[in-house]
Amino acid sequence: MHPRLREMLFTAKRFLRNPLSVIGLSLIVIFGVIAILAPVLEPPTNRDPYKIPHNGYRIEPSPPSAAHPLGTTQQQYDMLYGLVWGARSAFKIGVLVVAANLLIGIILGALAGYFGGIVDEVIMRIADIFYAIPFLVMAMALVVAIGRGLKAVIIVLIILEWPSYTRVIRSDILVTRGKDFILAARASGASHLRIIFSHILPNAMYSVLILASLNIGTTILTAAALSFLGLGSETGTADWGQIVSLCRNWIVGTPGNRFAYWYTVFIPGFVISLFVLGWNLLGDAVRDVFDPRMRRR
Amino acid sequence: MVLVLIGVSLLVFTVMMLLPPGQRVAAYVTNDRVSPAQMDAMIAKYGLNDPAPVQYFRWVRNLLHGEFGYSITASSPVIDGFVRFFPVTLGLVLFSAPLIILVGIFLGTLGAVRKDTPTDHFTRVFAIVGYSLPTFWLGLLLMMIFYGFAGIFPPGTVSNDVRNIIYGEGYHQYTHLLVLDGILNWRWQVVGDALYRMVLPTLNLVVINSALIMRLMRSSMLESLGQDYMMTARAKGADRKTLFRRHARRNAMLPVITVSGLTFAGLMGGMVITETIFDRKGIGWWMAQAALQLDVAAIMFNVLFLGTIYVVINLIVDLIYAYVDPRVRLS
Repeated sequence: MHPRLREMLFTAKRFLRNPLSVIGLSLIVIFGVIAILAPVLEPPTNRDPYKIPHNGYRIEPSPPSAAHPLGTTQQQYDMLYGLVWGARSAFKIGVLVVAANLLIGIILGALAGYFGGIVDEVIMRIADIFYAIPFLVMAMALVVAIGRGLKAVIIVLIILEWPSYTRVIRSDILVTRGKDFILAARASGASHLRIIFSHILPNAMYSVLILASLNIGTTILTAAALSFLGLGSETGTADWGQIVSLCRNWIVGTPGNRFAYWYTVFIPGFVISLFVLGWNLLGDAVRDVFDPRMRRR
Repeated sequence: MVLVLIGVSLLVFTVMMLLPPGQRVAAYVTNDRVSPAQMDAMIAKYGLNDPAPVQYFRWVRNLLHGEFGYSITASSPVIDGFVRFFPVTLGLVLFSAPLIILVGIFLGTLGAVRKDTPTDHFTRVFAIVGYSLPTFWLGLLLMMIFYGFAGIFPPGTVSNDVRNIIYGEGYHQYTHLLVLDGILNWRWQVVGDALYRMVLPTLNLVVINSALIMRLMRSSMLESLGQDYMMTARAKGADRKTLFRRHARRNAMLPVITVSGLTFAGLMGGMVITETIFDRKGIGWWMAQAALQLDVAAIMFNVLFLGTIYVVINLIVDLIYAYVDPRVRLS
C-alpha cells in the first residue's frame, strides 16, 4: 500500500475511534445538509429567501402547530423557516470569515516569519494592538463605524481575527525556516515564493487547520452575540442570533402557565449551541488526530 | 506597553474616523434639539473636517486634559457616566472573576487527577458545553427558569426598597460598590439584596468563562503528573495529597496564570451581554446602548478604557508569573 494512503487510513481510523469526534462530525454534516437543502425543506415565499415569512404582526409568539412546527417568534416570524435558512447564514459567516482569515494570515504570517526583521516587527506589533482590546467590545465599535448588518459583521470578524492566524503561521514558519531542506532548496536556487509555497507552508498547514476548525465556533458565537445586541442583521432576517433577540421579552410566561413561551426562548439558542458544539468537537478531534505529539499515543 | 496603548488609541481613532463628521459631532452636543445649521457650525468649531492627524492630536490632548466629550446614552458628560456605571461592573467582576479562576482550577485538577473516570468525563463535558453555549442564551434560560418560573433571583442591581435606603438619609456612598457600602453603613439589607441579585449573572459568567481555564488546567496538570519529579517524590514516600498539591499543581498553575489575563477579555465581552440581559446598568450595558445609539464619545472612551485595563492586567499577570515561577524569579 502506498505510504501516503496508509497514513490517511490511519488518520481516518483514529478519528472514527473517538465517539466525540464522530458526534461533532455528524452534527456538522446534518447542519450542512439542512443548509444545502434549505430551498427544498422550506421553499422561500419572498423574493429574498433570507427574509422570514410572517403572518400578521401580532406581538405574542404562537406555540408549535401544524402550520408552524416549531412555533413562531414575536411578530409571528416562522421559527422553523428562520432556523433552516439561518443554517445557511451561519455557514456563510463561518466559511467566509475563516477563508478570508486563512488568506490574510498566510500572506502576512509568511511575510513576517520568512523575511523577519522590520517587516516582522511591524506586522506583529500591529497584531499586538488588536490583542490589547477585548474582542467583543472592539467588534461592537467596528460594527458601529462600518454600519450595521450581516455583511458588516462578516467584515468586522475578518478584521479582528487575522492576528491569531498570522501569529500561528508565523511561529510555524520560524520553526521550519531553519530546517536543512529549506537550506537545500535555497542552495539549489529556488525563489522565495517557491520556498514559501512548496516547502514551508505545507509543513505549517496542520496547526492552521486546527486553529480554523476551532475558530468557526467562536466566530459564529460572536456574530450571534452582535445580532443579539441589535448590531447584526435587521429584524426578520434568517439569522440565529437575531431570532434569539426576538425572544428576549418572553422569558416570563403567563400567570397560569409560567413556561408559556419556552419554545421561543429555548429552540433558537439550542440550535446555535449544537452548531458551535459540533465545530468545537470537530476541532478537538482534528487537533488530536493531526498533532504529532498526540498522534502515536 | 506605552507603545501598545498609543497603538490602541490610534486604532480606536481610525475606526471612529470611518463615521461622517455629522455623527462624530454628537460627542460635543449636549442636548437633542440641534438644527442642521448649528450642526455645521459645531463641525467647523471642533474641526471635524480637519486632516486626520490634526484631529488625532487634538483628541489625545483633550483626553489628557480629562475632556472625554458628552454621552447621549448617559445623558451626561462621559466621565460622569463612567463614575455612575463603573462601580456596578466592578462589583460583578470582583465577585465573579475569582470564582471563575477557582472553579476552573478546581475542576481542571479534579479531571486530571481522576483521569478517565466519570468525574473526568463530567468535567470535560462541562467545559466543552460551557465553551459552546452562547452567553446570551444561557442568561435567558437562567432567567426563564429562576425568575420566570420559580420567581426568585430578579434582574436589576437592587430592589426599590434598597434604592430608597441608598438614596435616603444617613446612608453614605463611600465607594459606590453596593456590597462594600452596605457593610460600611452597617445596612445588611443592602448587602443581602445586592448579593442576591448577583447570583444569576455570576453563574452565567462562571459557566461560560471557566471552561478555558478548566481545559488548560487539566492538560497542564496531566503533563506535570507525567514528569520525572513526580516519580522522585513518590519514591521518597510523599502521600497523594502532598504529591498533587505541592509537586504537580504548583507547576501546572504556571500556564493557567498566563491565560487568566486572557479571561479578562472574555469576561468583559460576557459582561456586555450579561449586563444587558440582567438589566444591570454597568459599563457593559452602557457600551451596548452606546453602540445602538451611535454614542461616539462613550464608545471611544469605553474601548480605550477597557484596552488600557487589559494591557495593565496582562502586565500584572507577567509580574505574578515572574514571582511564582522560581526559574524566572531566581535568574
